[in-house]
Amino acid sequence: MSVSVQSEDFDLGAEVTALTDGNGNIGAVVTFVGLVRDKTGGALLSMELEHYPGMTEQALAEIEGAATKRWSLSASRIIHRYGNLKTGAQIMMVATASPHRKDAFEAAEFLMDYLKTDAPFWKKEHFKDGAKWVDSKAADDAAKDRWS
Amino acid sequence: MMQLDVLYFAWVRERIGVAKEQVSTDAHTVADLVNELSAREERYQVAFQDMAVVKVAVDQVLVSLDTPLGRAKEVAFFPPMTGG
Repeated sequence: MSVSVQSEDFDLGAEVTALTDGNGNIGAVVTFVGLVRDKTGGALLSMELEHYPGMTEQALAEIEGAATKRWSLSASRIIHRYGNLKTGAQIMMVATASPHRKDAFEAAEFLMDYLKTDAPFWKKEHFKDGAKWVDSKAADDAAKDRWS
Repeated sequence: MMQLDVLYFAWVRERIGVAKEQVSTDAHTVADLVNELSAREERYQVAFQDMAVVKVAVDQVLVSLDTPLGRAKEVAFFPPMTGG
């Protein structure tokens, strides 16, 4: 179980290897990677990720702890980047490892749904002709609420 | 009077113009602090005009507006999160 908030990129393969290394009881790994998406078809220059140092790590660790209580997880990993990221760049990843796939799938979805609404990150899109903070979505709150 | 570190993030930070400041206040709750700051200067009033789109953390834990400040050291204001 571990959480990293960093500006550097990450290597998904290496993270999965590290997650499962030496644990022969893991039968399933689910990963999710979020990428910088250009919805405008070419006008996006970069995406700026701001966060609240201290609270971010604490919030992610709490979310991970909640998932660990609820599902049978052998290991999990959350990495979220901050700073200025180009189109197509990796923003964040979650990985869950479990003896069985159902736990790994559900826990990964749970981590993503809670991370979206409870971890203090904010995105600002920089376009050729200006910049705009990304609005939060009501659908994200609804996605989280289905777990309670 | 208590001394608080007050932090602002994303567009709340941009509207207020600073990321962090020390505030001396007698506010009992988060809502009192919002009202007090809004009365001080227009930039706060602009940032806090619709508190439905501003979230608050006291000592790095998400709370509601009616939360007492108690012995809080740090209060943060920010828009709903958009990570992931």
